[in-house]
Amino acid sequence: MSVFDGLKFRKIHSPIHDLDPRVKFAYVISVFVIAIIFYQIIPLLFLFVLQVPFVLLAHVQRQWLRSLRGAAFLAVVIFVVNVGTDYFTSGYAVTAANIESAAALTLRFVVLVESFSVFFLTTSPDHLGLALEESRVPYEFAFAFTTAVRFVPVLAEESQTIMDAQKARGLELEKGGFLKKIRNYIPVLIPLIVSAIRRSLELAEAMESRAWGATKKRTNLYVLKLHRGDYALLAITVGLLVAAVYVRIYVPIPTIVHLLKIKNSAFTIGI
Amino acid sequence: MIVAEDVHFCYPNKVEALKGVSLTVKNGEFLAIMGQNGAGKSTFVKHFNGLLKPTSGKVSVDGVETTKTSVAALARNVGFVFQNPDHQLFSETVEEEIAFALKNFGFKPEVVEERVTWALNLLALTQYRKTSPFLLSGGERKRVALASVLAWDPQVLILDEPTIGQDHEQKEILRQFIVQLQTQGKTVVIVTHDVEFVAECNPRVVLMKEGKIVAEGIGKEILTNPDVLAESSIVLPQIAQIFMKLSQLGLPKNIIDIYEAEKIILNAEETKQSK
Repeated sequence: MSVFDGLKFRKIHSPIHDLDPRVKFAYVISVFVIAIIFYQIIPLLFLFVLQVPFVLLAHVQRQWLRSLRGAAFLAVVIFVVNVGTDYFTSGYAVTAANIESAAALTLRFVVLVESFSVFFLTTSPDHLGLALEESRVPYEFAFAFTTAVRFVPVLAEESQTIMDAQKARGLELEKGGFLKKIRNYIPVLIPLIVSAIRRSLELAEAMESRAWGATKKRTNLYVLKLHRGDYALLAITVGLLVAAVYVRIYVPIPTIVHLLKIKNSAFTIGI
Repeated sequence: MIVAEDVHFCYPNKVEALKGVSLTVKNGEFLAIMGQNGAGKSTFVKHFNGLLKPTSGKVSVDGVETTKTSVAALARNVGFVFQNPDHQLFSETVEEEIAFALKNFGFKPEVVEERVTWALNLLALTQYRKTSPFLLSGGERKRVALASVLAWDPQVLILDEPTIGQDHEQKEILRQFIVQLQTQGKTVVIVTHDVEFVAECNPRVVLMKEGKIVAEGIGKEILTNPDVLAESSIVLPQIAQIFMKLSQLGLPKNIIDIYEAEKIILNAEETKQSK
């Protein structure tokens, strides 16, 4: 369950944890946008490195690395597919430029994963729900969202139990070819879904018996307020976004291949 | 025979659930592992079919160390029924549910058919053969889960909290069933904190606390020892409590069986009347 661990919130105090979730979300979304508008490796590398101080400030290095490790497999797939397509479309040749662009696209994916990982690692589901509510999302939706997030670790644990139960009945998850392996997971997925549905019905009953939704106008125990740190992050976010758009439109970005002056003398792979 | 030698186990989150547990479960034995929540009972029995491997120490089943083989291979001899049947039911019909493990173990189709019929019959589920397991009641689902394990006739049967959510009648059926397995020479291990159930069955009892075995012995001894039980937050069976309170009348203290209790009381009454 390493991927889930890389997203699981733990309550600790740090300058990043105490930031307003709305501002943090705006920051993550702008990193997302910037990662999407660039396809060159240099700005993406910059974005990648940019997350590191946040991670260090928030003291979540270990979990953050775990989420990256969890994303490693998909990253490799993205890289291979990109190099592969280039190989077939550009006349059966792998050029340094091809590899660079494939690496850039992989890095884009990694940047997206790492920024979301930092966000979820440092934002409690309660704060997230509060942020949604204060952004005028109806309370029912905000509640459904936070509940869903909160139940992820529960489901992860449950899926482990189910896997154990089925292994005890002779199921070998790793046996067989690719398709067989996927089919092996049916006996795990069905109980997981059924019990999730059952749990949600029980939760609904329990909530209604505790008068959920009795008052239309709710007040909250905690109220979100922007502090100095939040304004600083907001400034960084806006600055980044403006700079990124400016660079994207007016500044030509060199590739590393270009910088190193590697001639495009295509080293062709022998067939 | 299952032999655990100085088993330590640490979960990935660094919680040390077992701190040096040694135990031998002989063939044909009936054993109850008891203890409060979090004592490490379930963690310990998950070592018996290799679902968990010891961090240090070793567990061997019939001489084969669990680290040297697969869960599927061990499961052929060690059946494990989980606490919550909803963690394993997934098939469209009860029949398919029971056939699942048999197919995994590579039984021939005609043998599968035969075994399914046998298991359905054994647990009074024949009428539900074509029913979806999800439409059954809690107790029935628990029986389907049990049937799906018994179907391949394992030598050892591990039942994790078999009495939770069962009414008295179902518990009685389960008890008789365990007795029946005993007569066939099967090994039965139950994990439970249902003292009354254990008192009725009278197996060998192992008490666990905080990842260690704190006491073991025959049920009559362990379940009537208030000091040992208090340490594991277990209350004496009701019959034992009564006899404990009546001990100044000169009655024996270590009674957990209802028939034995009846006999002693009647005897006492008789001697009183004859005086």
